[in-house]
Amino acid sequence: MTTIDVNGKPHTVGQAGETPLLWVLRDGLGLTGTKFGCGMGLCGACTVHLDGEPVRSCVTPLREVKAKKITTIEGLSPAGNHPLQMAWIAGNVPQCGYCQAGQLMSAAALLRKHPNPSDEQIDEAMSGNLCRCGTYQRVRAAIHVAASGGEK
Amino acid sequence: MSSVVKVTRRDFVKVSSAASLGLILAAELPSVVGAESSATAAAPLGPFVQVSPDGQITIWVHKSEMGQGVRTTLPMIVAEELDAEWSRVRIRQSDLDSRFGSQGTGGSSSVRTTWMPLRKTGATARAMLVAAAAAGWSVEPATCQTDAGMITHVPTGRRVSYGEVAKVAATLPVPADVSVKAPASFRIIGRKKVERLDNIDIVRGRGRFGIDSHLAGMLYAVVLRSPVFGGTVVSVDDKKARSVPGVRTIVRIEARGSDLPWNGVAVVATSTWAAMKGRDALKVQWDEGTRATESSASLSDLMAEIVSKPGRAIRHEGNADDVLAAAAQRIEATYEVPYLAHATMEPMNCTAHATPRSLELWAPTQFADWAASTCGHALGLSPEQVKVHVTLLGGGFGRRANPDFALEASLISKAAGAPVKVQWTREDDMQHDFYRPASMHKLTAALGKDGKPVAWRHRLVSPSIDAYMHGTDAKNIQESEMDGAGDLRQRIPNLRVDYAYADSGVPRGWWRSVANSGNTFVVQSFFDELAHAAGKDPVAYQLALLGDAPVASGQGEARDYPFNSGRMRRVIELAAEKGGWSQARAAGRFLGFAAEYSFLTYVAEIAEVSVADDGTPRVHRVVAAVDCGTPVNPDGVAAQIEGGINFGLTAALKGRISLNNGRVEQSNFHDYELLRMNEAPKIEVHIVPSDELPTGTGEPGLPPLAPAVCNAIFAATGKRVRRLPIDAADIRKG
Repeated sequence: MTTIDVNGKPHTVGQAGETPLLWVLRDGLGLTGTKFGCGMGLCGACTVHLDGEPVRSCVTPLREVKAKKITTIEGLSPAGNHPLQMAWIAGNVPQCGYCQAGQLMSAAALLRKHPNPSDEQIDEAMSGNLCRCGTYQRVRAAIHVAASGGEK
Repeated sequence: MSSVVKVTRRDFVKVSSAASLGLILAAELPSVVGAESSATAAAPLGPFVQVSPDGQITIWVHKSEMGQGVRTTLPMIVAEELDAEWSRVRIRQSDLDSRFGSQGTGGSSSVRTTWMPLRKTGATARAMLVAAAAAGWSVEPATCQTDAGMITHVPTGRRVSYGEVAKVAATLPVPADVSVKAPASFRIIGRKKVERLDNIDIVRGRGRFGIDSHLAGMLYAVVLRSPVFGGTVVSVDDKKARSVPGVRTIVRIEARGSDLPWNGVAVVATSTWAAMKGRDALKVQWDEGTRATESSASLSDLMAEIVSKPGRAIRHEGNADDVLAAAAQRIEATYEVPYLAHATMEPMNCTAHATPRSLELWAPTQFADWAASTCGHALGLSPEQVKVHVTLLGGGFGRRANPDFALEASLISKAAGAPVKVQWTREDDMQHDFYRPASMHKLTAALGKDGKPVAWRHRLVSPSIDAYMHGTDAKNIQESEMDGAGDLRQRIPNLRVDYAYADSGVPRGWWRSVANSGNTFVVQSFFDELAHAAGKDPVAYQLALLGDAPVASGQGEARDYPFNSGRMRRVIELAAEKGGWSQARAAGRFLGFAAEYSFLTYVAEIAEVSVADDGTPRVHRVVAAVDCGTPVNPDGVAAQIEGGINFGLTAALKGRISLNNGRVEQSNFHDYELLRMNEAPKIEVHIVPSDELPTGTGEPGLPPLAPAVCNAIFAATGKRVRRLPIDAADIRKG
């Protein structure tokens, strides 16, 4: 048994230490907002925060997260109204929406580091998150909107 | 009361005469909605729309949401005619229900095919609410007006909300006929920006995709499928797999034609990860079958041989062969495009619960109807015994049309005797797709003195989708292959378009924009070649070939939505204007143009491209002009065109599924790359204002992208790209 801190709450889970955090969250805890896309850290759909840093949960074994604070899309903001979430809604960013939890988690980590990111900083932080629907332009615009305090 | 409801609801069938939707409303009304007079009971006005006593409007969506926005756009149509307050609209996804007619979602058809039935549904509901209010006031309904969920008696100014009269309305006869609004009075349809109804859940991680399905007592499965298409299982050594903690059982799955092309061995376990570990430990010996020698090179060689000879003439006007033979100068080029995978972000999956007398599916499917009939048949069940819940789809693009993933899950659940979620890995998904067919094209043209083509011959060779689905002996196996090539609207007096089949063991399917995805690249590139050969401006050249009069031809949709050369001209001119075609380019930047009429929608695109010294192209900006008739949800139209452009750009720059020893060589996003944020161009979408019948936009943004980019590369380098994906080595300067 392992106890992990997810979205500010302790959870005791029974999976082996090698199990990717992704499957612990999804199958074990029913936190399905974090998505499976590639299993190799190539697409970013499974992005969560470990002590505030974005990581790919599909290649992060359970044993490595024991002492850390894990944040998933469900815990990004208590009321689901993080400035990025609001900008995503206002900008109609999602199409199918499958990759968007990962996009938001990467963007939230970016804004913590660079509250007013340049396009180059957005490219660097977001290029690990694939979107097959092609929402990139709206993701970029929504990050700028959130950084500047919401849609004017 | 209830009897009145029942009888009159049947009239509604007649109101919504346009087949697919109308039927539903009548037969199925709960006999007494609202009649039990519970204060909270809702009063449905048909399964598509329900007005609750508290004023909430619920609209059922019977098409699958895969990112194209049907769960917002279709409700907008109903809400418009209902004069609903948009903020009070909620949506519910319909389960599979034959009363909805086809729930199949594809071909950029959802708005087009439901436009009038949904408007009539909304208008009928509105008329009944007005009748209820008017009866309450003892006034004529014609003296009442509606606006945003309120009814006003105009002469006296009395007002009542929809919610307040909803229950009474449910008891009234359904009007025999209703009129719909004039476009000038639309206030929801055409609204510049409507927030997508799903996005509140999606940004909080609460959207329920297929992969998020969960049932009590559910097991999880992954399947080891034959690495070669058509391969069969010789023997299975599952000793180690069975000893992996959590593994419950191992199930062999037999292929069933194109419905389920994959022979495989499923590992069923108590978690996804345990199932994956179990599969890793599985040892299967395969009989690779007859397709183990196919490679991309062998298919190319085969297509090259076939394309060197005439095929079957699918379109033949004038006498292209003789004119070309006599021409002093011929322009000739051979083009090729590869197999492509869909690579939806959500890998295939399906949750099934099969019992001896029932089957229930939770499926991210584009065609719930097809999945149900295929699975029900395979399990020996009657249609009433099969239930399908359509989840959100994490991308579709045509891949989720096929029933294979649902059928596989159904068979595994039956064998395991438990509800099972079957999860595909990315590798499974990449290597067991229904691929966009590879194709090869040989084009030959001769120009007249004015530079216009006097003869055009196009020989198209491919392993066709229809041949895969229905067999090579099926009639008209070219039908799935010709769009964008056999339907040229440019005026060319001598025209011959041939098709010939090239055999391949690779499963083929519908990939966003289907045949247009390759054919428009070929045809619009070749027109650019002809323009340059004639020394003409490529935009002016194509405009000159359009002719003036609208061209009405064909049957069915081609008749109902006749190609209109004026509308084509307008999108070309608009794209050229907004894309700065006639203006000076920035240093090192070059423009390319292409246009296509696909899925009844007109799109023209201008791509702005630079090419690095090593030949690497960079697409900086794409300007699109689109005429999709009435733009129901303009921001949704823009999103779909943006998406089509990026999907097309991924294919143009990176997309290639290759084969060796009968196996797909790519497996994940490191070797089947998708466009990323740092490569995404700035996209501008300009929508032509229109009151014409609406047409779809999920696919038409894609076809012009590759030729626009490649035509810009030619402008930059003088190198013609005739094979996709673009290879920097081919276009390196000097």
